[in-house]
Amino acid sequence: MLLLQCPYCGVNAEETELAAGGEAHLKRATVGDSDEAFEGYLFMRENKKGVHLERWRHAYGCGKWFLAARDTATLEVFGTYPAQTTEPPADVTENIRAKYPDWSWKETA
Amino acid sequence: MRRYSVFAVAREGLRYHTGWERAWRSPQPKKKYDVIIVGAGGHGLATAYYLGKNYGITNVAIIEKGWLGGGNTGRNTTIIRSNYLQDPSAAIYDKALKLYENLSQDLNYNVMFSPRGLIMLAQTHHEVRGYQRTVMANQLQGVATEWVTPEQLKKLVPIINIHGPRYPVMGGLYQKRGGTARHDAVAWGYARACSDMGMDVIQQCEVKGVRTEGGKVVGVSTTKGDIDCDKLGMVVAGHTSVLAEMAGFRLPIESVALQALVSEPIKPCMDVVVMANTVHGYMSQSDKGEMVIGGGTDSFNNYTQRGSFHHIEETVRALVETFPMVSRLKMLRQWGGIVDMTGDRSPILSKTPVEGIFVNCGWGTGGFKAIPGSGWAMAELMAKGHSPLTQEFDMFRFREGKFIDESVAAGVAH
Ligand SMILES: Cc1cc2nc3c(=O)[nH]c(=O)nc-3n(C[C@H](O)[C@H](O)[C@H](O)COP(=O)(O)OP(=O)(O)OC[C@H]3O[C@@H](n4cnc5c(N)ncnc54)[C@H](O)[C@@H]3O)c2cc1C
Ligand SMILES: [Zn+2]
Repeated sequence: MLLLQCPYCGVNAEETELAAGGEAHLKRATVGDSDEAFEGYLFMRENKKGVHLERWRHAYGCGKWFLAARDTATLEVFGTYPAQTTEPPADVTENIRAKYPDWSWKETA
Repeated sequence: MRRYSVFAVAREGLRYHTGWERAWRSPQPKKKYDVIIVGAGGHGLATAYYLGKNYGITNVAIIEKGWLGGGNTGRNTTIIRSNYLQDPSAAIYDKALKLYENLSQDLNYNVMFSPRGLIMLAQTHHEVRGYQRTVMANQLQGVATEWVTPEQLKKLVPIINIHGPRYPVMGGLYQKRGGTARHDAVAWGYARACSDMGMDVIQQCEVKGVRTEGGKVVGVSTTKGDIDCDKLGMVVAGHTSVLAEMAGFRLPIESVALQALVSEPIKPCMDVVVMANTVHGYMSQSDKGEMVIGGGTDSFNNYTQRGSFHHIEETVRALVETFPMVSRLKMLRQWGGIVDMTGDRSPILSKTPVEGIFVNCGWGTGGFKAIPGSGWAMAELMAKGHSPLTQEFDMFRFREGKFIDESVAAGVAH
């Protein structure tokens, strides 16, 4: 059973209180972009066995979207953070690097 | 290979069963093969089998990190049907069903195919319209399915409650030729036949890297050393993205956990497979008498082969309303598998950006039923470079917007 702390209301929410929203930090493809860019935006989700940055909604709580860093191989949670950001914050990145020293996010790789 | 037959049983019965051979060899890998298949699940083994049987390509290794059939193939609830909506799906799933009908004879291995019939319940007006449309589509495709009324349904499935308070049963989509088979036997039967053709099934050997030269595959690195090949087939279901990354390309796949459970064995009470997509649960009875139950996938990416508990509760809750007698049953076992989901809920059988690498994946929650057809088609693709059965299942269809939308037919995980 997955527990994630909502960064807005502070509740340690159990999975049934949350709705999963897929990969985080997606950049919308737009007019003039290539077919490949659209394909990437619409379908090519990150699917790492390891670190995954993802969106969640505190659906049966405060109702807000937030982001989480989680290990898909172990279900370990590295941290949650508000959705109003374009990259994972330093404390979350640090938690990830403690386990995966070589980890780099696709946007910074 | 010594064939299995009634005479073999009699012969062995008279000599204390000392003469049975091992069903397949466990060889060490050679330096090089014409074809390497990664993943000894049903789809990988069937691909190898039809490469040998249909195209005479037998210098083949099937490499498996665990034990053969230990992935989703050995974890699934064995529902077999071909009542999909789109033509390309009907073609490959019905090919599979036809092959299943003679698979035991073909492999000389009893896969316990049981065409007991399958019903998908319609429990909303939306579903009624959806399934009536599917029946018509199936007629055009030459796949025999029919619409049954609640009363006919009650005769076929006496234990069902058609007057549920929230979701009464309003009819159903019935495929008489659908049913189940023994999952392990499918993997074992293909493995035995592959081994008999001289192919090497190499278990306990994990592929760790894919070696390429000038955009062309030359081999794989494994826990048993480097092995070379001319062609490589990736058939690893939930681990497809991991393998693709080794070869340097991406696929539109997400991996999630899907669970199933079985009850204590009881006397025969239901001789069809029943799926309830709205309430999200399905059930059949195994030959041992256990009620085999499945439901929905988890909603987040996961590789742990362990699903969330609340899904079990939801599934069982749905089935208790549909089959009230289930409420008195004890559940014996629960398990999970990692399924490979695509955006249009259809599989990918395709060439890849790397020359010589082919991929067969994306069967998601419903690929057991497709094993023989998928292997047949994938073998053709790998041997000839194209196959009428696979061309629409190309990995590049997402870029083109040419989806094979089966989100309705695949409504409940099965
Ligand atoms: C709970 C559950 C219920 C299901 N119910 C149904 C159903 O009723 N009907 C139906 O049609 N389908 C069902 N399915 C789906 C079906 O099980 C799958 O679509 C099908 O079995 C996939 O077969 P496969 O051969 O592609 O994959 P798998 O059987 O998973 O085989 C892939 C193999 O690749 C191996 N592998 C992975 N990575 C590596 C590596 N790096 N090196 C070497 N080997 C590797 C794995 O160990 C595995 O054995 C269900 C699935 C689940 C989980
Ligand atoms: Zn909250």
